[in-house]
Amino acid sequence: MADLINLIEIWIKNLLLGWGASEGLTEFTLQALGSVLVIIICFVIVIALIWVERKLAGRIQDRFGPNRAGPYGIFQSFADIIKIFTKEYITPTGAEKGLFNIAPVLAMASVLAIWAVFPLAINVVGADVHVGVLYIIAVGAFGILAILMAGWSSNNRYALLGASRSVAMLISYEIPMVVALLVPVLLSHSMKLSVIVEAQQPWFIFVAPLAALIFVISSMAEIGKAPFDLLEAESELVAGYHTEYSGMKFGMFYVAEFLHQFTVGALITIFFLGGWSGPFAVQWPILGVIYFYAKSFIVYVVISWIRLSLPRIRIDDMLNLNWRFLIPVSFINLVAVAIADRVMMEFELARWIYVLVMFGTNMVILLAALTLADKNSKAVEREEFSPRPVAVPPGSEIK
Amino acid sequence: MVPIIIFGLASLVTLGAALAVVTNKNILHSAFYLVLAFVGVASIYVLLEAPFIAVVQVMIYIGAIAILIVFAIMLTRRILSEDLIQRNSQWILSALGAVGLFVILGWIMYSVKWPVVQQAVPEDTITILGQELLSTYIVPFEIASVLLLAALVGSIIISRERE
Amino acid sequence: MLNYWVYIGIFLVVALVVPLIAVLLPALISPKKSNPRKEEVYECGIETKGNIRIQFKSQYYIYALIFLVFDIEIIFLFPWAVSLGKLPLFAVIEGVLFIAILFAGLIYAMRKGVMTWS
Repeated sequence: MADLINLIEIWIKNLLLGWGASEGLTEFTLQALGSVLVIIICFVIVIALIWVERKLAGRIQDRFGPNRAGPYGIFQSFADIIKIFTKEYITPTGAEKGLFNIAPVLAMASVLAIWAVFPLAINVVGADVHVGVLYIIAVGAFGILAILMAGWSSNNRYALLGASRSVAMLISYEIPMVVALLVPVLLSHSMKLSVIVEAQQPWFIFVAPLAALIFVISSMAEIGKAPFDLLEAESELVAGYHTEYSGMKFGMFYVAEFLHQFTVGALITIFFLGGWSGPFAVQWPILGVIYFYAKSFIVYVVISWIRLSLPRIRIDDMLNLNWRFLIPVSFINLVAVAIADRVMMEFELARWIYVLVMFGTNMVILLAALTLADKNSKAVEREEFSPRPVAVPPGSEIK
Repeated sequence: MVPIIIFGLASLVTLGAALAVVTNKNILHSAFYLVLAFVGVASIYVLLEAPFIAVVQVMIYIGAIAILIVFAIMLTRRILSEDLIQRNSQWILSALGAVGLFVILGWIMYSVKWPVVQQAVPEDTITILGQELLSTYIVPFEIASVLLLAALVGSIIISRERE
Repeated sequence: MLNYWVYIGIFLVVALVVPLIAVLLPALISPKKSNPRKEEVYECGIETKGNIRIQFKSQYYIYALIFLVFDIEIIFLFPWAVSLGKLPLFAVIEGVLFIAILFAGLIYAMRKGVMTWS
């Protein structure tokens, strides 16, 4: 009786069959309803998240954040929605209309599409395909394409420059992200997301903390917000690839960014924090759904916290961090985890020894990598400035 | 019935997009039509119950090669500012060659009796793929790595010569 | 198996249609008072001169090339990672060799200074 979701599913199924719909049509309707529901939940969450994020940003940066619309400003997002819906669309002269209008829709769709494969509970698995992990990576490609489209079609130098910069960054950081994802795949011997979730005894963040760390860093870059937001570094590039967008078209990019961050939270939850698992989640699947969203939300807040505390990184530093540190470390980590996992499988050790050895291996690699990086990095030369008065009295100019 | 309709739609999209790639005057639009053609091909792979190939198609061809093509176009200064002439003096010859190739391929496809597996497609094809790749086809697997290394080194050498 | 892909197909269509509606809806209710000044390309107030489609650094292209190589490598590693448990112990060495060969390429690229943004 605790299985609320299946109960509703069966109820709708019987209802439709009672109306004389065929088996295939019923199945189709159910799947359509399911996908609409998941997507609507995504939008509702984003509306809430925008408020949470702004409030959080305010508190961390010693401001109030939104506090006018309603108690604690909770209606701020709704006010913004009404505003953005009534805003005029401006298409710049010389823009390529077709690509210009497709880009925001594609950007949003590429983030939404990832949710098709997420297992929300033990019996609510979405599309539980065997290539789940690769599907998530593949769908992300359309987001990169959308950025290129937007940057190109805007007929604006800043947009084009911002787009090419951000694409260079996105494709660079995709490598360590995917290699880090290989670790949970390797540990659970499957690319099926439901199997990965169920294989986490204990959570993979304890078995493979280094992979989790690399995944967090590289997917933070994939989100494209601070500290990796140099695609829209205001002082250099106006607003990056969406400089020319207005109204809801800009809104789509904005919402896609927030949803992407929440999606990254969900991905970290699935791959490293046990997905829907938790106390009584097997008996009451509805609890699993709640655990899943709650964990994703916590990861979201932690990511926000990190990025609100750090200043923006320069593009050369950022690309060097990726190619000279993250990629080598992620490959070495993968090799070490593969060897350790397979060798220990031969001996059939107790689970806690296995976890301990894995954790130790990860930590040794992390420490070694950090020491090596510290030794090899050149000390940043900073020019020393002697303090001088801002306003100089006449006749005493510095020569 | 439904798979046939989807197959028809997918092939229509693929062929239409492919035609647009060839006929479009703006070479960047051609690149984006190429992406659409890749999507069509990927959906046909799904219909063939080869999801791994389908996902790889999207990941490699759209996620990497299409972006490479767009970057290559953006790098080339002259290619976009002018209206390119789409034919040169040899277009009749190459058209004939293309038609000839199409006829030969069509004839081969029609005349060869393709072996059809009777049993159902196994559930988890990726595990089987991995096992085959690392036992029977281990030499090609390692050679692929060497090939990729050669491609990497080659691309670095070419790009450094330009400077 | 195909059933899941039907769901993904429906999901993709819905995921495209919902943002499309969200973008089209304001077009009905929002004001349309355009003028040439408004439609100008935004360059912080300066009038745009010359060709917009500037040529940019070849380094972007090199990154895309190297990314392609690593992407293909990763595709080979996924079946290896999935089937590792069912393979003999030697298969780990085979996979490690595969990674090591490409790792040499990465070190070569780093030594040549390709990875250093200038």
